[in-house]
Amino acid sequence: MTERPADIVDCDIHPAVRSMADLDPWLERRWIEHFRQYGALRNQHYVAGGGYHKSQPNASRRDAYPPEGGPQGSSLPFLRSQHLDQNGITVGILNPLISSQGVRNLQHSAALCRAINHWQAERWVDSEPRLRASIVVPYEDPEASAVEIGRWAGDRRFAQVLLLSRTSFPTGNKRYWPIFAAAAEANLPVGIHAFGNSGWPVSSAGWPSFYLEEMVGHAQTSQSGLVSLVVEGVFERWPALKLVLIESGFTWAPALMARLDRDWAILKSEVPHLRLKPSEYIRRNVWWTSQPLDEPDNKRWLGDIFSWLGWDRLMFSSDYPHWDFDDPARAIMFPAGDDDRARFFAANARFVYGFA
Amino acid sequence: MGKHVVAPVTDFPQGARRRIEVDGRGIVVFNVKGEYFALLDKCPHNGGSLAQGVITGLLQSDEPGKYSYSRQGEVIRCPWHGWEFDIRTGKSFCSGIRARARPFPVHVEGGGAIVEGPYRAETFPVRVEDSYVVVDA
Repeated sequence: MTERPADIVDCDIHPAVRSMADLDPWLERRWIEHFRQYGALRNQHYVAGGGYHKSQPNASRRDAYPPEGGPQGSSLPFLRSQHLDQNGITVGILNPLISSQGVRNLQHSAALCRAINHWQAERWVDSEPRLRASIVVPYEDPEASAVEIGRWAGDRRFAQVLLLSRTSFPTGNKRYWPIFAAAAEANLPVGIHAFGNSGWPVSSAGWPSFYLEEMVGHAQTSQSGLVSLVVEGVFERWPALKLVLIESGFTWAPALMARLDRDWAILKSEVPHLRLKPSEYIRRNVWWTSQPLDEPDNKRWLGDIFSWLGWDRLMFSSDYPHWDFDDPARAIMFPAGDDDRARFFAANARFVYGFA
Repeated sequence: MGKHVVAPVTDFPQGARRRIEVDGRGIVVFNVKGEYFALLDKCPHNGGSLAQGVITGLLQSDEPGKYSYSRQGEVIRCPWHGWEFDIRTGKSFCSGIRARARPFPVHVEGGGAIVEGPYRAETFPVRVEDSYVVVDA
């Protein structure tokens, strides 16, 4: 274990509802009754819940059940004591993964997203100054998403716009541009967290048999989303847009940039709208959160990739209370300079999210 | 090192576990089929509380399509990342490596016959004294 830094911004904390009724105060009667009668059908095949059974209940640490009851992550006092206090978190960004963004009924999806945003702001951030919310948007309805972003623009309780990585079309597709336009207009980063319900199988070759494959597959999904965002020209169109890729790995990024640059160099006439090398957009516009960190046999290899990708691109995340949580005291288990550690644990996130 | 009473034997049935604090360190004691074992309550991988893990068995496979499940109740799975440890020895299992070891018959094996993983939970001696379970830590 290494000494814990004084300033830690945790870029990925998952608050949970005790039940969907927690959102009722911000839902019209119509949607409360709709949910009770019809549920919230997700844009996926055959199953009502997650497509893959998780390895721990609610995909969360078994030691993270609040003493007063309810699922892990559903109690602010317990999140405060077990995580913020115990792990020395100075700022924590909430990324709710509550069934909403992938709901097939887009009006219902939009209503749930709005309720979740109120719930975050009023039940969590207003009571705990260390927390910031994410604007959850019904991203398969980009116009409604832009409205939701505009609704909270300028509200410092919100740190970013939150998308999930499994979109129904490649993430840079023009249909999603209203989201990026609204985020750029509001000067908010766009965070793309692993998971989501796209209507497609979770791999390009169909449904894998095992949860392990879903876990590892987040890196592939994130890569295809990033390639689409670059090649469709999103960063050419919105040069100041900040993109944060959350919980999808990053050790793949240097190799992807090298391959993109090489193919761009010989196929430039296909994409004349890209005036910079793909890696130049990525190094200008994209950041990654750290969890789940790869654990190579030789820990220094991970340090090599930090250096290759750049210590200015990586931001600590814990994923609390999920089962594959990373402890900040054990995140950097290889030799690293104090300046690099300070950037990784806080300064990069403070820059990206504009925290004082 | 001192002697610490965990619980009366009568209050510590098979399959149960008890957590005690000794000099600020958590120690978790297990009753595995009438035998007592103690581990430091801190997963050697990333520090999760083994006291809150799931007690399970050892699932092995000699080759694809064949598997054996043995030693039920003798393995603790960390509540965080799911690393598994032999409660008797604290040794971790690493199934990815085991696939290259010699085949195992379907019966109970000593911990040493299994290819070990990279981690080992710290163990403490436990004994029964005057009908009390006692740990030396």
